[in-house]
Amino acid sequence: MSKLNLKTINKTTKSNLITYAMVIGIFAVVQILVATGSMSSLMQGLLVPLCTYSIVAIGLNLCVGYLGELSLGHAGFMCVGAFSSAFFTKCMEDSAMNPTLRFVIALLIGTCVAALFGFLIGIPVLRLRGDYLAIVTLAFGEIIKNVINVLYVGKDEKGLHFAINDAKNLNMSKDGQMIIDGAKGITGTPRQATFLIGVILILIALFVVFNLVNSRSGRAIMAIRDNRIAAESVGINITKFKLMAFTISAAIAGAGGVLYAHNLSSLIAQPANFGYNMSIMILVFVVLGGMSNFRGSIIAAVVLTMLPEVLRELSDYRMLIYAIVLIAMMLFNWAPAAINWRQTHSLKTLLAKRKKEAE
Amino acid sequence: MRFITYLINGISLGSIYAIIALGYTMVYGIAKMLNFAHGDVIMIGCYVVFTCMSGMGLNPFVSVALAVIVCTVLGMVIEKVAYKPLRKATPLAVLITAIGVSYLLQNIALLVFGADTKSFTSVVPIPNISIGDITVTGVTLVAVAACIIIMAVLMLFIKKTKAGQAMLAVSEDKDAAQLMGVNVNGTISLTFAIGSGLAAIAGVLLCSAYPTLTPYTGSMPGIKAFTAAVFGGIGSIPGAFIGGILLGIIEILSKAYISSQLADAIVFAVLIIVLLVKPTGILGKPIHEKV
Repeated sequence: MSKLNLKTINKTTKSNLITYAMVIGIFAVVQILVATGSMSSLMQGLLVPLCTYSIVAIGLNLCVGYLGELSLGHAGFMCVGAFSSAFFTKCMEDSAMNPTLRFVIALLIGTCVAALFGFLIGIPVLRLRGDYLAIVTLAFGEIIKNVINVLYVGKDEKGLHFAINDAKNLNMSKDGQMIIDGAKGITGTPRQATFLIGVILILIALFVVFNLVNSRSGRAIMAIRDNRIAAESVGINITKFKLMAFTISAAIAGAGGVLYAHNLSSLIAQPANFGYNMSIMILVFVVLGGMSNFRGSIIAAVVLTMLPEVLRELSDYRMLIYAIVLIAMMLFNWAPAAINWRQTHSLKTLLAKRKKEAE
Repeated sequence: MRFITYLINGISLGSIYAIIALGYTMVYGIAKMLNFAHGDVIMIGCYVVFTCMSGMGLNPFVSVALAVIVCTVLGMVIEKVAYKPLRKATPLAVLITAIGVSYLLQNIALLVFGADTKSFTSVVPIPNISIGDITVTGVTLVAVAACIIIMAVLMLFIKKTKAGQAMLAVSEDKDAAQLMGVNVNGTISLTFAIGSGLAAIAGVLLCSAYPTLTPYTGSMPGIKAFTAAVFGGIGSIPGAFIGGILLGIIEILSKAYISSQLADAIVFAVLIIVLLVKPTGILGKPIHEKV
């Protein structure tokens, strides 16, 4: 048995452990804050959405950071995961199934359906490159949202009825129950998502992505990102690994969607929650947190979701400040001039300079 | 007869998309960036015209001219402040900054003009024309004419003038262009100026045809116009025109015959099919890859 010694474990493992510890640490701090009553109910309401955004950001980071493909359609996968799981929960609501078991199955269904969509969409989409890929994923996301808005599903004693465009097309008996009511979505889903479940899901998502990127497949995926032609010439199956990363990325986004759906009593596919705006918001988390850095994604998701709430006192100006902060942070992080400035003015170089002068 | 009316409406909407797409495609061709803030420049242009006409009672022509000037300056300022420092950074960083600018413009409009929907009065003085059962609105005539004129002028500008040739050179290879003595920064600025000026014109036409104005008016047409630019082959001026017109027609026809809620989905589905068959759009040049 090898003893766990912090000095001997390798750098990647250490970094991963820090990330897990950070998530658990945040969880512990929040629990203490809630227990002592020093957290406003508004903030408490934000906890589950925070977990949702973190999970989807982790999934998108796999796609953008490691696969190197810009997806603007992850809200679509979230939407698929949310609706398929809420659909299952709603169908099973009357049965005597254990609620915990029901949630676990719903989670599996949401994740698998999102993965299936990721796979099916990935086959044609991953043939495209760069901005073309971005716009097609955006298009798919919008299509998913629009189709769900005209989808009607009802349940009566004869089984399930599906229709498009109008509830009248369902031909349901009178005592039938609507499950997906077109633009009104799914209402009355039990609110089972808690902060604890959210944190557990974040940990599972992290576990999956860390193991993936440190595996043989993960290295193949990164090789494709860095140089597709070189990767192909050493015998890496491009399509297979691209699809693999994209599907897993979609599945994680779907899991985030499940959490989202079970935190709301009425689930509606609107531009604000499942449109391209959401995809863009998640992308902002990923890029600001640092591409191919999952810890950064979580931190950015937490900070940027909290920021408008912290600025709530400024009411009208909060989104304006948010926008300015976003631009300023991007310029500071990425502008070559800013990077140079940071290098010459960093603590390390300043200290080294002082040392040199002292000599 | 109904079909022809729908077709005319489609061409009308399509010309507006085409004008926006022209701006998009030029900026993309030169700066290789998705300028997500383009749609919001449209919205700012609309608000300028709205304020000039309803607030100050100015003449429509003066208002539109003012809007074009404001948007041109705005486009240049945005480029200088937000995009220029990032010219050598990763494309994603520029994309996120553009999103930041888009949020910024929306929120400035929200603060200055409020969240309520303003009803825009059409600036087009031409009356509707009726031929038999078919009515062609003045806005349609102006939109189509404006679109064709703008496209022709742009193509002439790029072919015949020095600045236009510089644009072509910069879009082909920035470093080589610089070595040949082209002022790269100036050319990029000029492109943003033209693109934003076109956005103002498109915005005025859009709001004249669909007279509601909110701080979010520009974002969806912006995305659609970008789709149109990709559809036609991004970077290509006739491509943006064809893409815009086709997109407008498809949107109106699917609204009329299939489902108004599914219209956007159908537009995007057509885009996906086109890109899968021809991955660089209808008129796009194939990408050659060097190893």
